[in-house]
Parts: sequence; structure tokens; C-alpha cells
Amino acid sequence: MIQSFCDWLSSTALSLTIQTVRWIIPAVQTVHILCVSIVMSSMAMLDLRLLGVAGTNQAVSRMVSRFVPWVWGALPVLLTTGIILIIGEPSRELLNPYFRAKMAMLATVTVMTLFVQRKNAKDAGYWEARRAAAALIGLASLLLWVGILSAGRWIAYY
Amino acid sequence: MAVIPEFCTWLENTSVGTAVRQSTWLFPTIETVHVLATVVVVGSVSMLDLRLLNVAWRDRSIREIHEEVLPWTWTSFAVAALAGSLLFSSNATKYYHNFPFRMKMVLLVLVSINAAFFEMRTYHRIATPDAEGEIPMAAKVAGAVGIVLWIAVVACGRWIGFTK
Repeated sequence: MIQSFCDWLSSTALSLTIQTVRWIIPAVQTVHILCVSIVMSSMAMLDLRLLGVAGTNQAVSRMVSRFVPWVWGALPVLLTTGIILIIGEPSRELLNPYFRAKMAMLATVTVMTLFVQRKNAKDAGYWEARRAAAALIGLASLLLWVGILSAGRWIAYY
Repeated sequence: MAVIPEFCTWLENTSVGTAVRQSTWLFPTIETVHVLATVVVVGSVSMLDLRLLNVAWRDRSIREIHEEVLPWTWTSFAVAALAGSLLFSSNATKYYHNFPFRMKMVLLVLVSINAAFFEMRTYHRIATPDAEGEIPMAAKVAGAVGIVLWIAVVACGRWIGFTK
């Protein structure tokens, strides 16, 4: 079923344009990677603070309000550019196990980040009072983002 | 002036260059490290550049942002450069003749000049704790030039994969 959807999608006029105009895919990938750099750096700053290894002269709530808005700002651009890449090469992405792993990790880390943000909004001292939980969620988030980036790169090698 | 082509031929025939070229997993793995390090370089240095342009984190001094992010930039840059050199060694001659690759190297030189000029001539004027308020024009220019050049570096890097 996914295969027939991919076949239909790749025969649409929009997909054919993306396939034939040679600068579109590298240009869209460039925007995608630049947004990845915003998300990756912002999340690393927050996650390392949750882990207690960097930025410890600032409160966790400061780090959440400094960096998480950049992530929510970049994610829609990542989704848009990602969808353009899928429309251009549907079966390269949708039938690719690395792509599926990437989406699963992305869903997980998005829920985790919303959880961190929500707890912090209700109680600014929440994560300082739970050091072990903060460190665990920071480490898991960092590993997931590294996993998302790695899976993204490996899509090209399946 | 055949020094560089000769160097490229030598490099891709070293055991390292040969291994990266022949292995099925080495190139993508090193490339992943290269991309990971690159996004941290660009993301972290952009935090400083945006502060220099006075568009983000105005409640923190430039010195604080500088001390907070640049160690990550430098460490990641070292990793990106090492990983990039390994990728280059796998097909040195091909990359040497690749236009986006050459552009990227030129842009990296320009990025270094911009950073060195800022660090040596501009930073000391704004690094003192009491130097709040107006950001000198030289610092704003350094921030804007830095962001534009890094975007171009990433674009060229991505284009290498789409050209012969």
C-alpha cells in the first residue's frame, strides 16, 4: 500500500518538478541541515544543563526559556523541507528503515521535550529538585538527537 | 605547480584513504560524525553571531555568550576538520577538482579571517564587564558576515554530494 502511494506521489506534477529541477533537492537539504544545526545546538545546551555538565551557573528554567523556543521555531521548517524531500523521492524515504527509525525517535524526543517544558512551566524549580530524573531525560534526549541526525544521514545509504 | 595533485594521489593511496574508500560503512559513519560536528559548529557560533547582531539573548553580555558557546565551537570544529580530512583522503583527486569543494575551502578561509579579526581587533572592546549598551558596528558586521559565510559553507558542503 505504501509502495502504491509512493508510485502515485512520484508521478504528481510537484514531484516531477522536484525530481527534474536539479538545484531543488540540494537547496532544500541545505535549509534542512541549517535548521538541524539550530535544533541540535539548542537541545545540546539544554540537555547538557539537565545532565549537570554545562551551563550550571544558570537555572534549568532559564535554559528552557532560552533554547526551547528555537527548537519549536525550527521544527516546522524541518517538517516542511522534509515533506518537500519526501515528495521528490517518496520511496527513498517512506520505504526506508532509517527514515522510520528517525521518525520514531523524533516523536519520542518531541514528547520528552514537551514534558520537560510543561513541568518547568508549572514549577520553575522542578528539574533542580529531581537531579537524577533531569540527568536521565537530558542524556536520553541528547542520544535521541544524535540518533535522529545519524539516521537522517544513513537514509542516503540504504 | 603539480604539488597539490601529487599530494592528492599520494593521500588517496595511503592505507587510510584506501580504507575509507573501500569500506562500505566507514565513509557514511565518518560523514555522520562530520555532519554532527558541523551542525554544532554552525549552531553554536550562530548563537554568538545573533548576540553580536543584538537579536537574541540581550539579557546576557556578549562576554558571557562568548565564554559559554565558543569552547563548543572550537572542539566541534576540530572534530569536523578531522572527519572532513578523512573523507577527503578517500577520493582526494576528485574532491580537489570539485567546484563546490573548492568554494567551501575558500569560504572556510574567509570565515577564519572574519573570526580572527573579531577576536584580535574587536572583541577586547566589548569584553569588559562594564561595556554594556551600544554594540560597535565592527562587531555587528562580524556577526552578519559570520552567519552568511557559515550558511554558504553548509550549502557548498551539501552541493559536493550532488556534483561529480
